[in-house]
Amino acid sequence: MSKGKNQQERSGPDSALAPGALAPDFKLRTTQSLRPDRETGAPGATAPESKLQTLPPDQFISLSELRGRPVILVFYPADWSPVCGDEVVLFNELLPEFQRFNAALLGVSVDSFWCHSAFAKDRKLRFPLLSDFEPKGAVSHSYGAYRQQDGFSDRALFVIDAQGTIRWSYLSPLDVNPGADGILEALEALDSKREVAA
Amino acid sequence: MTQARMIRAKLAVPVSEDRDHIRGPRIAPVTLLEYGDYECPYCGQAYYVVKELEQRAGNLMKLVFRNFPLTTVHPHAERAAEAAEAAGAQGKFWEMHDLLYENQQALEDEDLMKYAAWAGLDINRFVRDLREGRYLNRLREDFLSGTRSGVNGTPTFFINGFRHDGSWDLTTLMTAIEEAAGGKR
Repeated sequence: MSKGKNQQERSGPDSALAPGALAPDFKLRTTQSLRPDRETGAPGATAPESKLQTLPPDQFISLSELRGRPVILVFYPADWSPVCGDEVVLFNELLPEFQRFNAALLGVSVDSFWCHSAFAKDRKLRFPLLSDFEPKGAVSHSYGAYRQQDGFSDRALFVIDAQGTIRWSYLSPLDVNPGADGILEALEALDSKREVAA
Repeated sequence: MTQARMIRAKLAVPVSEDRDHIRGPRIAPVTLLEYGDYECPYCGQAYYVVKELEQRAGNLMKLVFRNFPLTTVHPHAERAAEAAEAAGAQGKFWEMHDLLYENQQALEDEDLMKYAAWAGLDINRFVRDLREGRYLNRLREDFLSGTRSGVNGTPTFFINGFRHDGSWDLTTLMTAIEEAAGGKR
């Protein structure tokens, strides 16, 4: 199991699902779809807005629908918290790099759709934020990335291959932005084994 | 060996005389490398800290700057970094670097033109380089080398190739530089 070389000695609590495990499936409400936008053709179409919307749009992403391409799953404690802000901004900048591997980047926290939408808009995020909102934290928990005592997700990263197997995982201390070197190395390792769907 | 030492990230791409922007005595025992963003307010504060460090450290250190523009939150950062690189092509990187940080609140295209004139650049060449996006690749290379080195925000400093994980106030950085010069790493 390859950790990023700068992350080798930084392992946090040892509960996140380890490489080799089948990634638990999920279906969560999302701020953006991964399908191309009808008008612009760019990936990451946002849900259609309505002026008097009291319910969030019915737009979901499931892990199983992404079979055939690698998935980067980023669990983080909360929108607007100091470290997450930097973390999602960094990942946002690296989207073109992740796209070279045909990888889908998904952010997950227990925040609601509305909170995610405002956060994504403020940070100009071009990748989906998923709401692990009801039942609260269930998906995070299934990945061993939930902090029961705090009621929010851990800062954990997973790289899942095109067949749905976890190939790399990393649990970061809560107050440390984990960076992205480990993710890039994990994607390269997948690529070298020609496991990335063409 | 302490835990703190074991976890310190290392620079993935070593400093190169040919490629990097370097200020200070080449034989200095300490190299302070910054990954920075011209529009980042923390980098703006760090600029003055580093200036003071250069004064105090004298022959102890040289400074290297690489780009880490967070373009989605800092809409002028990439253009400003291109301007610095375009100035670098005319041998005036540090003049432009300093002008940008000292005028961080004004980074519109017309401001960049003004700084180019102040730095004594060939304006036609400067404009052409920016229009053609000649240095965008280089910015990307810097960004990726930073990511590979464990840069997770700006500014991030490396001292003799190891990431400086502590605070970057003057006293802390000066102490770290003196330690590095004393061969304690």
